Amino acid sequence: MTSNNPAVFLLMINGQIEAADFPEYDDLYCKYSFVYGHDWAPTSGLEEGISQITSKGRGSQSLVWNFPLDITFKSTNPFGWPQIVVSVYGPDTFGNDIVRGYGAVHIPFTPGKHTRTIPMFVPESTSRLQKLTSWLMGRRPEFTDPKVVAQGEGREVTRVRSQGCVTLQFNIVTKDMKKLGYDTTSIEHSPERTPQQL
Amino acid sequence: MSSPSNVREKMRKKRRELQESLGRVRDDKQALVPSDWDLSRDSEHTAVEELAGGEEDPGETLRRSVMAKRMKKKKKLLKERTVESPPDEEVTAVPERDRPDDDEDDDGQPVRSPRDLPPRPVMRPGSSQSEASMRQRMTEKLRAAKSKAASLLEQESIIEPASRLQSLRDRETLTRFDRDTDPDLRADEDSSFTARLKFRDVARRATKDIRTEAGLPTAEEAYNFFTFNFDPEPQQQRPRKKRRPGRRETEEGGEGESGEEDGEDEEEGEEERECEGEEESEARDEDAPLVRDEEEDLFIIDQSAQDFLEVRRAEYMDYSRRLQRERETLFVPSMRTVPASSKLAENVRPRYLEEEGLYVGERPHVCLTNQNILENRILKQGEGRKWFGDDGRILALPDPIKESSSRPPLFHLEDELDPALQTAYRKALKSKHVNLYISGMGDPQSDYQLDVDVSGLIFSHHPLFSREHVLAARLAQLYDQHLTRQHKSITRLLTDKLNGLRNTIHNMLELHRGEALSQVTQQRMAEYKQEVRHTRQLRDVEQEKDRALLKSIIRVWKELKALRDFQRFTNTPFKLFVRREKVEREQDEQEYENDIVAEVEELQAETEEDYQKKMSEYRRQHEQWKSWKRKQKVLKKKQKKKRQQEEEEEEDEESEEELGEEPEKPDPPEKPDMGSLEEQVREKAARIRRKPGEPVLIPELTVSGPVTPNEQCPRAEFARREDVSKRALFIKVLYNDKEVSRTDSRALNMDFRVHFGQIFNLKIVNWPESIKLQVFEGVGSSFTLLVEVCVPVPESSVLTGSAASEEMEFSSNQRVTFNHEGVGSGVPFSFEADGTSTQTLLTSGKLSCCVSWAVGEDDVPLAPPSSQPAGGMYSGIGQMDAIACIGASSLNDRKKLGKWAAESRLDPNDPNNTSIMQLLSVVSGGDVAVPEYFRLEQLQEEFNFVSDEELQRSRRFRLLRLRSQEVAEFRHFKCVPSMEREISQNVFQDYEKRLKDGEIIDTKEHIDSHRALVAKYLQKVRESVINRSLIAKHHFILSDVVSEDEVPSIGVLGWNLFKLAEPKRPLKPHRKERKKVTAQNLSDGDIRLLVNIIRGYDIPVRRHYASKPPVSAKSGRSFTEPFTGPVSSQGSEWPFGQPLIRPFVEVSFQRSVLQTSTAEGPNPCWNEEIVLPFSAPNGDYSSTSLQSVRDEVFINVFDEVLCDVVEDERERGNTIHTRIERHWLGSIKIPFSTIYLQSRIDGTFKVSTPPVLLGYSKERSLGSEGGYDTIRSLSEGTFLSLFITIEPQLVPGDTIREKFDSQEVERLLIASEVFEKEASRHFPDRPCLSTVIDINGKTVFATRFIRPLNPPQELLDAFPNSPQETAQFLTLLAGDEEEHAVLLCNYFLSMGKRAWLIIGSAIPEGPTAYVLTYEQNRYLIWNPSTGQHYGQYDIFCPLQAIGCLINSDNVWFNIQPYAAPVRMSFDVSKPKLWKPFFSRSFPDPGLSSVQPEALVYRHTDKAAAVELQDRIEKVLREKIMDWRPRRPTRWNRYCISTLRQFLPKLELSGGREVAEEHRLELQSLLGEYRISGFPLHLPFSEIRPIIEAVHSTGVHKAEAPNVEFALAVHVHPYPGNMLSVWVYIASLLSAH
Repeated sequence: MTSNNPAVFLLMINGQIEAADFPEYDDLYCKYSFVYGHDWAPTSGLEEGISQITSKGRGSQSLVWNFPLDITFKSTNPFGWPQIVVSVYGPDTFGNDIVRGYGAVHIPFTPGKHTRTIPMFVPESTSRLQKLTSWLMGRRPEFTDPKVVAQGEGREVTRVRSQGCVTLQFNIVTKDMKKLGYDTTSIEHSPERTPQQL
Repeated sequence: MSSPSNVREKMRKKRRELQESLGRVRDDKQALVPSDWDLSRDSEHTAVEELAGGEEDPGETLRRSVMAKRMKKKKKLLKERTVESPPDEEVTAVPERDRPDDDEDDDGQPVRSPRDLPPRPVMRPGSSQSEASMRQRMTEKLRAAKSKAASLLEQESIIEPASRLQSLRDRETLTRFDRDTDPDLRADEDSSFTARLKFRDVARRATKDIRTEAGLPTAEEAYNFFTFNFDPEPQQQRPRKKRRPGRRETEEGGEGESGEEDGEDEEEGEEERECEGEEESEARDEDAPLVRDEEEDLFIIDQSAQDFLEVRRAEYMDYSRRLQRERETLFVPSMRTVPASSKLAENVRPRYLEEEGLYVGERPHVCLTNQNILENRILKQGEGRKWFGDDGRILALPDPIKESSSRPPLFHLEDELDPALQTAYRKALKSKHVNLYISGMGDPQSDYQLDVDVSGLIFSHHPLFSREHVLAARLAQLYDQHLTRQHKSITRLLTDKLNGLRNTIHNMLELHRGEALSQVTQQRMAEYKQEVRHTRQLRDVEQEKDRALLKSIIRVWKELKALRDFQRFTNTPFKLFVRREKVEREQDEQEYENDIVAEVEELQAETEEDYQKKMSEYRRQHEQWKSWKRKQKVLKKKQKKKRQQEEEEEEDEESEEELGEEPEKPDPPEKPDMGSLEEQVREKAARIRRKPGEPVLIPELTVSGPVTPNEQCPRAEFARREDVSKRALFIKVLYNDKEVSRTDSRALNMDFRVHFGQIFNLKIVNWPESIKLQVFEGVGSSFTLLVEVCVPVPESSVLTGSAASEEMEFSSNQRVTFNHEGVGSGVPFSFEADGTSTQTLLTSGKLSCCVSWAVGEDDVPLAPPSSQPAGGMYSGIGQMDAIACIGASSLNDRKKLGKWAAESRLDPNDPNNTSIMQLLSVVSGGDVAVPEYFRLEQLQEEFNFVSDEELQRSRRFRLLRLRSQEVAEFRHFKCVPSMEREISQNVFQDYEKRLKDGEIIDTKEHIDSHRALVAKYLQKVRESVINRSLIAKHHFILSDVVSEDEVPSIGVLGWNLFKLAEPKRPLKPHRKERKKVTAQNLSDGDIRLLVNIIRGYDIPVRRHYASKPPVSAKSGRSFTEPFTGPVSSQGSEWPFGQPLIRPFVEVSFQRSVLQTSTAEGPNPCWNEEIVLPFSAPNGDYSSTSLQSVRDEVFINVFDEVLCDVVEDERERGNTIHTRIERHWLGSIKIPFSTIYLQSRIDGTFKVSTPPVLLGYSKERSLGSEGGYDTIRSLSEGTFLSLFITIEPQLVPGDTIREKFDSQEVERLLIASEVFEKEASRHFPDRPCLSTVIDINGKTVFATRFIRPLNPPQELLDAFPNSPQETAQFLTLLAGDEEEHAVLLCNYFLSMGKRAWLIIGSAIPEGPTAYVLTYEQNRYLIWNPSTGQHYGQYDIFCPLQAIGCLINSDNVWFNIQPYAAPVRMSFDVSKPKLWKPFFSRSFPDPGLSSVQPEALVYRHTDKAAAVELQDRIEKVLREKIMDWRPRRPTRWNRYCISTLRQFLPKLELSGGREVAEEHRLELQSLLGEYRISGFPLHLPFSEIRPIIEAVHSTGVHKAEAPNVEFALAVHVHPYPGNMLSVWVYIASLLSAH
């Protein structure tokens, strides 16, 4: 691993799905999964996860999960940089478990601590009648695959409604990116190098 | 913040001050106070604590007084409120403010003072003032308290001095106690209630000060901090500011240094003294009631507040007064028009340059009101008039728009170009079609129409002109010229301009009379004069031209008249009248004289000027000359002197020192002769102008003259006229060099004018490139092309109706001569009798036409968008126009043009020149140079991170690109290495090979080139289908992305309601739908294939191998024998106890092989589940990928044979040594895709067994299942009951949704859609098909495929009228079930049978096509892919449901209650059972078949077949040896040759009948061997499936050491390149 000519670079992500803000809903849980390109492979950690159900605190509006994320990717190509797809579910008035929001965000590519707030949205019913029946039957429209929110293809056919937002926190560590010629740190942020490193 | 010590210091100082002030005022209390303060001065801590402690008593009393009204909870806050509420003025804020800002307040004075924020300095005195007063009160309180319970308190404070907090706590507890304890105390304490309160505050503050020093806020403080309402400060400041501005100043002055504070505080103190006086008196008066006290207190504070406050009304100024005042200072410019008189100097009339013949540029539009406002404003200023021009308008630039961009250019074009911006040459790609057609031509709305209006033709010369005509034409031409000149009246314009210029000069001189002309004015004068001269010259030229024209008109007319007289007839009706207009002689003369005088004057001035110039020049030269002379003289003198001196020494040295060449002596210029000037002018005027008093001549040409009739003409003229009348003309219209239309032919008239008046509407598809009109002329029917006229393609703004007709001049240089009066063309002729002064004229004329774009019905121009790239000519014209219109057509170069424009001094304001001026402004428009190249994406290269070449070269980029293009080999390539070097060279090998293979036909794998071509074709079709599906994969519809429940219909709802009433645990439960899994979240190992082998029927049984042929062999039932009769039992042949057969089933799928346990008997029952893993190719579990899985599930039936291999007979007693052999009996192949699409396969399948199975025969035990036998006997063969499914259930991928184009009628397509939709609604499980997609991807109606087609003649010859053979034959063909079915159906039809195509579902194929025939009163169902046929009532028929029947006439959909063939009727004539597609309401439109008339079968090359046979055999042998790597493979040649002979017989018999003979034959020959083997019959398409089939039999697995093999291959060629391959494979085991 300490070779001078690395073949892959590593992206280590740990962080957490901190909280969500869904003004109308309560008792939500969320699922996350990572979407990445062909040139990426997870080396350790969980690619997918599902959180506990969380309720709003008294007087507070946000739903706090503090659900940890920890994954390391290796890759040869920044193309297809990982994205995290978060989908939030919760019960409706009849107790049916329905989706409350989908959202995705790219993993930040600069090392350090980042906080991201993802706006969430759900697909809309195709018609009023559909909306009514889906409300009645507790079967709202869902994406066939939550990962579609991480891509642009096929989205033109959908109509969505925004729902709330989820806040994530990432701590990013990268390795060997610079050696492979990808410099993601801006000049003013790059840490001072000690002579030994040079 | 200042340091704590600082704070302390300050505090101390304050206290001192306070004391001082107190001490001065109050004598009586002084004794007490200082003592107290001395204490505090000793140690701050103790003092303050003491205060805190001492506070307890007054605090107590206070509380007691308040508690009655206040709630306990808000005690602290309210305590303060009580302080605040009485004064109820601005000062209320003071104690509040003190609290939270305490620390600031105390240390704030020196620190804050430099700040000049408004609230602070104002607030500070207030606070300090209140502080001071509080302190005062505090001391007072202290004293009162002390006098009361001094000793007690003192002690208490001494007892607990330690912690401040504790003291606070004590106080708190006290608070609680006190509340209700002694209310009587209140009476005597309340007198000084507020004062005490303040004392408390101060005391608290003191403690707090110390606390804040320690950084600890008290609980109370914290509470206050959070619960307080901070009143806004400004309320407090404002009044004070007003009241005491002076004081504030002093304060501000004093704030700077703490030294001055004393004085300031003293001042404050003085103020306080007043208050205190009252307060004191109040305080002394202890008996006064509380309320009054409060009032007093309030009053006191009020009074003090009044020092700062003054309540006033808001200032309001009367509106009128305000207006008045504003009027004094403000000026509102009026919007009314300024009278011209005020804008110009007195008594000056505005002059308008346009009236003087000068072009004035158009000003930019400015709103009139704005203009008026500006004018008024300017006039208001001094010297306003200088802003106005002579015309009374504001001076303005002719065009305020700056031509150059104000933004500095990013780079300097003069410099070396940035390499990134260097133009790179890319060869233009010319698309074949794109440019030709106007875009959007596909849709019918956008049709473009060009109207060509050919109105007429006028010849200015024609060969048939007579001489008179020539003259007449000339006359007409001259007259035309005259008219146009008259119309333009250039002369007058120039004259006016001249006058205008003269006036200008005159005015200027007038203006500056007596004054020295400024430099600018002089310059302008000079310019004007220059202009005048120029204009005059121009005018003279024009006048001369006018005059000459007039003269020539008259001359020609005279000639004409003479000619008419001479030839004594008239050919033309032209007549010229000259009208004389009288003029007033005197006025005319006057003007004339004036003009001449003016001109003379000017000339004189000019000559004078000239002369002056020359004179000055002369003088200068003369001066030069003179000076030279002088020098010369001096020099000469010197020389003389020298010479005199040197004469004696150097006589000979006579070097003539010259001063250079001697300049010529300039001649003085001649004095111009002023007298002659006038003469010259007069002479010129006489030449070019009308004489004064001479009447104005106005020529008028009429065509009213009589023409001599034909009879009166001489012969030659008559002949000419005859000729003329015979002539006819027409015009062809050519569009893009194609003739599109032509006019009617019109006869040529005597006046040589032809009127066509025809309009051609050209609907155009192609881009217009050229429009030509060809004029044809001829006699009778022979026409010759006279001339061709090119008409420019109109711009898209030129529309019919508004376009003016143009006259196109043309001429032809044809030589025409006549022997009559006609002058001919290109031939010299003369008007004179003697033939002198000849002239030659060419045919010429004008064609008047008009080309424009048509206007549609709704006023939409039918012109193509002009942005479209047009043909070269079209765009060329557009570009050229601007320049061409002013007659400088050759000036293409803009720079040259600019030069030309500068030279020719174009009037920039002339509207004629606007276009060129615009062009010039671009050229000369300052710093912005027009780049000489054009770039579409200027920044593209900047963003290219790597050059194109490198992109091409790099393997990595190539890999990435191929992957993103989803090329099959790279679609799922994971982790493309990050470095180029890590990519191996051979990554692309396969891909490149495949690309190369596209061209090269690989003949190795295939028998001949034809077959190879077919294979390639198939490959291409497959690829195109894959590509199509790839494209479709990227085309999403809503249901792909969003899963949403359907809106339930009433039926569903009702069903759901009904289901509620269902029993919870029904007796006959329904199979529950398994949960379907979307393919995305699957990975390897998640999917398993479940194969449940239930049982088998009719498995062949072993035959006993006897060395002698068994007698009863004949009676053994060959399983291939159809319609068998009763069978005798064979059981007797076997040793008792040994089963007839021990079959087991082996399932192999994707290289994993599993087998069931071994059962016994010919009808075994296994009922075992076999679980096989499934992995998708490349780990891609998307539905498209799964669909393309081409693996097959092989289900092989084997017989397990135990061979006794005990060598030593003696060991038999105690050792069992057997070898297990497996003999292949048959197999079933089920493609995975079928399972995937069907999701489960459940049924009984026929095992495909070889025609001959050596050592086995079909056996059946009688009696055991007799009842069943009768039904089963209808079918033949071995069967297996299977249940196959995939776990978990996968969602089958959708078929590609794509609307294929079709050539069918729209109505038919709609009908078919409706038909299919209806069918699927009523019977969702019955497939219905009315349209199919052919190989070109077009939708074709299904019946078109059905047509009798001949099977190959050879086949018919061999098997006349044998449907079985035909069916068998078909299996050789490549193609899918539907194709086979169609072809089979067509063959049957051609054989005269009644046949239909069945669209239904079968196992295992799923939806498929079978063929139904009707013969011998029964229906037969044919499986086209196997060639098997079944009776209608055969329960083993794989066809499970019939959806529809198709023949060449109609399509019938099955609407019977049952779909299984056993239970339905095939009588399509009954509409209750079969719903026809074409019915009376929608009759068959008579669709023609897409099939050819007859199929032509090519004769297959026999030699090639033999060659293939050899090759297959060789390949197979090698393969078998490969498969047996550990053992030697021996080939029994004898057996092979026997088998080889036998195979052709099999082919001929179709695998029937001969089997038994063959077996016998074999056995007789190979008696000593135990043979197990079988022939395989396969179609040939490729060699690979053959190998697979051989491998799957497992013959090569024979492990016996002495095993021998036999392999024979036979290829039988059929016409049409169909090859039937037989492979006979056997293993031989020596019997001994």
